[in-house]
Amino acid sequence: MDLRTLTYIVVGATFVLYIGIAIWSRAGSTKDFYVAGGGVHPVANGMATAADWMSAASFISMAGLIAFMGYGGSVFLMGWTGGFVILAMLLAPYLRKYGKFTVPEFIGDRYYSRAARVVAVICLIICSVTYVIGQMKGVGVAFSRFLEVDYDTGLYVGMIIVFFYAVLGGMKGITYTQIAQYCVLILAYTIPAIFISLQLTGNPLPQLGLGSTMAGTDTYLLDRLDQVVTDLGFAEYTTNARLSTLNMFAYTLSLMIGTAGLPHVIIRFFTVPKVRDARSSAGWALVFIAILYTTAPAVAGMARLNLMQTIEPEPGQYLAYDERPQWFKNWETTGLLAFEDKNGDGLIQYTSQAESNEMVKIDNDIMVLANPEIARLPNWVIALVAAGGLAAALSTAAGLLLAISSAISHDLLKGMIAPNISEKTELTASRVAMALAIVGAGYLGLNPPGFAAGTVALAFGLAASSIFPALMMGIFSTRVNKEGAIAGMVAGIGVTLFYVFQHKGIMFIPGTAFLGDMPENWFLGIEPNAFGAVGAVVNFAVAVIVARVTAEPPESVQELVDHIRVPVGATTAHDH
Amino acid sequence: MSKMTEQQAEAYWKRNLALMVKLLVIWFVVSYGCGILLVDVLNQVQIGGYKLGFWFAQQGSIYVFVALIFYYTRRMAALDREFNVDEE
Repeated sequence: MDLRTLTYIVVGATFVLYIGIAIWSRAGSTKDFYVAGGGVHPVANGMATAADWMSAASFISMAGLIAFMGYGGSVFLMGWTGGFVILAMLLAPYLRKYGKFTVPEFIGDRYYSRAARVVAVICLIICSVTYVIGQMKGVGVAFSRFLEVDYDTGLYVGMIIVFFYAVLGGMKGITYTQIAQYCVLILAYTIPAIFISLQLTGNPLPQLGLGSTMAGTDTYLLDRLDQVVTDLGFAEYTTNARLSTLNMFAYTLSLMIGTAGLPHVIIRFFTVPKVRDARSSAGWALVFIAILYTTAPAVAGMARLNLMQTIEPEPGQYLAYDERPQWFKNWETTGLLAFEDKNGDGLIQYTSQAESNEMVKIDNDIMVLANPEIARLPNWVIALVAAGGLAAALSTAAGLLLAISSAISHDLLKGMIAPNISEKTELTASRVAMALAIVGAGYLGLNPPGFAAGTVALAFGLAASSIFPALMMGIFSTRVNKEGAIAGMVAGIGVTLFYVFQHKGIMFIPGTAFLGDMPENWFLGIEPNAFGAVGAVVNFAVAVIVARVTAEPPESVQELVDHIRVPVGATTAHDH
Repeated sequence: MSKMTEQQAEAYWKRNLALMVKLLVIWFVVSYGCGILLVDVLNQVQIGGYKLGFWFAQQGSIYVFVALIFYYTRRMAALDREFNVDEE
């Protein structure tokens, strides 16, 4: 059977599965819609959180980034996993104890202020929308590459699928679909990795394969990789840091606290029955994430080595362009891989020097997607990778859309504009908000604003600098008051946005960057994507100072904080 | 499930904080310490094909993170029982 038919069958089968789950798990109440009824088993929730969390960026892009960054790519590995430790200890159990439906709701109650709630809603929407655009783009790209339909059609199909289970089932539908999506994406990621590890090292576990010797030799794979890349003038793979130690530190910190502050991840912990479950569920989520995240560096290193060895089988002996393998031709047609015969010898020279390098384009995203082809795996594996990429993008998009729509229907409509609406009306409103959010995200996916490329990393910076500090101080301090929290959030997100805009352009419009995207202009050499960590420090500092010079919070706040710190009496998220 | 006295609640919170600080120190050491600040020193040591610092940054820290959360969960469950504040 040809690859295209097979891909249609595999992807089609997964879609039928998602829609079947959607019909089976319709939401009957607002509690079903916002927190899946509050009765999801912690292991199941962990799996759903993992799918929610791992986006198209984790599935498609991350290994490719690491493949070209080497050791410097570790910021993504540590940053996107370490956040769950903070989440499990500093936020999840206490927010679960509080037992409400949304993140802004907690901020509004803890800081006894509608204004704080509105600021939180705005911060939430800014970071969720910037994030969701990237996912919609991922859906369109995956469709157009694997199913050979155009980008727009792919996006429409993706929107219809998400519409179906998110509008119908809300959090309940999303949770059970995400469990299925996790299974699809993890199989799609690990199967090619196992085969490639076997081929290169004879060890079926990629995590061990990366540290093993090359099959049939005494040379360690990583030593060989270091040697191959340095021979061509690239930096050594295992020691090549990203800019500076301080920058790596800030980048990792930014991603970690951004992870803990992203609302679509936090609300997942409202769905478990108990406080204890919120703690263990974060652990399970990280187990399921770690399966992919410890495989990714192996995929990265092995794909880089495979690529280098394909192009230059022996030192000084280059691959002839006419003899290039089939996968090379396939990816050339997408424009993601490009060769230019600069010296006219018909051979492919790949070097670190721009003037003599003939591999003029190798897109990071190719590394994971072309992996099964490079390793000559059967077509069904390639079809599975397509389904996995779509599962990763769809599951994250759905989680983000739920966070956005519940902020609109629950925090803005029910919380402020019309507090007296019935539950039935609110449920309808939340479905309408979800539908609107999908259409809005789809529109942005079709007409991506100029800043789409930088948005995912920005979302983390914004979550790190606004939402995380407000939540953490709300739990660990009784002294921080509404003035402090609001000033802190505004200052944190303001400083981060300002820094990003001054180096990347206002709203990322080219030419408006008043300091230019130049490392020498960077504050202490910290790149804009890593600045969320500094924004968070500003948020904490401003909040503490402002709180010190303004009135103490009322007595009721002390009681609220005492209440959430102890698990006893935590009920399932109650109707209100 | 009796209600906690103020002193009990304070003692419970202090024990929780102490455990948390201990685990966050480990969290910091394995990632920012071994994976970033001390990476060059640790890279002098080789385990199999992995330089040790590189291994912490791309593998080891993640395994430790998982262990930390489950250890915290277990210790907190015990603390909840000791203070009689566990759910059912």
